[in-house]
Amino acid sequence: MSAGLVGSFPGGLVLEGHKSLSNQTPIRPAGLPARLIFPLRQRNGEDAPLRVSVGDHVLRGSLIAGGTHLMDPPIYASSSGQVMAFEDHDLPHPYGGSNRCVVIETDGQDESLPPLPLMDAETYSPESLLQRIHEAGIVGLGGAAFPTAAKWLKGEAAIHTLIVNGAECEPYITCDDLLLRERADEVLRGTMLLSRCLDCSTILIAVESDMPEAHRALLDTKTALGAQAAAIKIVQVPARYPAGGERQLIPMLTGREVPSGTVPAAIGILCQNVATVAAIYRSVIWGERLDSRIVTVTGDGVKTPQNLEVRLGTPLGFLIEQCGDYVTPDRQIKLGGPMMGHPVTRDTLPVTRSVNTILVTTTVGPTPTPQPCIRCGACVDVCPTRLLPQQLYWHAQARQLQATLDQHLFDCIECGCCDVVCPSHISLVHEFRQAKQTALARQQANERAAHARQRFEARQARKLREQQDRETAAQQRKSSLSQGASPKIQEALERARQKRASRHLPPASEDAS
Amino acid sequence: MLAILVLSLLFASFGWLLGLSSKHLAVQGDPLPNKIDALLPQTQCGQCGYPGCRPYAEAIARGEADIDQCPPGGDACVQALAELLGREAKSVNPAFGTEKPPAVAFIDEPRCIGCALCLPACPVDAILGAPKFMHTVIASECTGCELCLPACPVDCIDMKPLAAQPDPWRAS
Repeated sequence: MSAGLVGSFPGGLVLEGHKSLSNQTPIRPAGLPARLIFPLRQRNGEDAPLRVSVGDHVLRGSLIAGGTHLMDPPIYASSSGQVMAFEDHDLPHPYGGSNRCVVIETDGQDESLPPLPLMDAETYSPESLLQRIHEAGIVGLGGAAFPTAAKWLKGEAAIHTLIVNGAECEPYITCDDLLLRERADEVLRGTMLLSRCLDCSTILIAVESDMPEAHRALLDTKTALGAQAAAIKIVQVPARYPAGGERQLIPMLTGREVPSGTVPAAIGILCQNVATVAAIYRSVIWGERLDSRIVTVTGDGVKTPQNLEVRLGTPLGFLIEQCGDYVTPDRQIKLGGPMMGHPVTRDTLPVTRSVNTILVTTTVGPTPTPQPCIRCGACVDVCPTRLLPQQLYWHAQARQLQATLDQHLFDCIECGCCDVVCPSHISLVHEFRQAKQTALARQQANERAAHARQRFEARQARKLREQQDRETAAQQRKSSLSQGASPKIQEALERARQKRASRHLPPASEDAS
Repeated sequence: MLAILVLSLLFASFGWLLGLSSKHLAVQGDPLPNKIDALLPQTQCGQCGYPGCRPYAEAIARGEADIDQCPPGGDACVQALAELLGREAKSVNPAFGTEKPPAVAFIDEPRCIGCALCLPACPVDAILGAPKFMHTVIASECTGCELCLPACPVDCIDMKPLAAQPDPWRAS
């Protein structure tokens, strides 16, 4: 019935799923760790302003930081305890680095603040929903953690199509699968809520063809919800990586491509992850703040792979303990799936809103040494964004930044397909990430230079003006003097002369001598 | 006869068009210093021997200065200038200084005596302060030119390295 025919996207790979490792058991709540760590860095690169100080006692739901504007969604404490310190910690981000974090020592009481004021689901306006999404600290839970409220506002066009993305295409990851199986109701109701607010004509929920249980759960719930959910179409997309990428999914479902350098909202499409939609539903109906998420802990390096409902800020090591610890001490941890995930060395990193998977693998031999590019073109065939990875790589190697930009470097979604097929084992994505970093650094330097130029020129202009003012003033003084003495001086001179004349004889004799 | 008439009319109208366009589409000023200035790092440090990046750009355009006199821009800047001007690329002339990692000035407040001598030294007005009041450097405006260092009588200004890494979080 609703398994509509879908189009395709270029490139991509059919990968071994490894999904059954972690999707056989239900979602289990992870326990309460002794310490919670909250990085302050927001997605726009700025630190969220602190709202607590060291020593403060916080409850679950207390605002720790942020909340000033849409790109700075609030960060809430995920359990009660005491703020111990503001420390620098490594960040769970592909580009690494460390930044200031709030460290909370939990007290085990897990007291929480009352939920956000309830909203009447029937009467709210789009503005109040947007406000609620922001207030609840909701960001895209698919992995990018882009603030949801900001994403929605980015395009000028009215949203006519809502796509709820449950196409979990990357191997090993099953958190959306499990969410759909167990909480399809929340996802569907959240979708209804969003679509009613946005007033969109097309509402789609996409799942991959290798998620039959999730698909069944959605269909059953839709039937149970009856007429009110009738407008929602549930679509299966082929299980080909990266079908779940926003820019792959949208053309597949709607036939429209998102133009380079813009967001889907620019063409009237809003694409949200299923977990994000469920979080929106919970924030509206139950007033919940986003302080936990489902995380897949999987891989052959962990004893009992499963999905956990994790409080944000929980250190990775604690979650791995919850899953029966490491199989061998010799392991590799990746945050995210094997394709787009990034390796981390330490398990003290905290779970943030962007961490959907912890993949633990037993280390398998040394990585093969990269060989020179033989220009076989295999990467071109698999690139889902129709770039020419070998050409990009060529320019990136030669440090020809402009050439990489001309080859649309920033359209690369870093999916990693090219890395997998490269017969020379070249880490193309790594190269592209570095090139992107360099390009951004160059751009920032240019912005700074333009700013400095403006200030320098303003200062020069001011100095010139001051000098001119001084010169005019001097000129005036000079001219007033040259016009002869002022009347007052004349009078004074006159008075002096008269005084002299009245006291002495006229000094005529002196003049004569 | 007609041919001559038509041709002279055509020539006259083209001449008139050319005259108009030369008047209205004339390039204002010399574009070369602007192009050179756009490649300079705008630290306004004066290490090149000119009082700022713009004067140096003008000197290059006049042919007075060489392209290798900008240490903050480094070899990359020389390279870009060489490409623009069709000259041979070289490295920065060490007589003018060496390339350093980006830094910003920082005033150590306990040592600052509030003399306000550093204020006029700053080419981009990045120091905030008044006589007998505490001074501070607005880090986001500081270009790291180090011109305030010699101006300070109590050496209370230090250069702090700027977090050199770009902000990759902006990458989507």
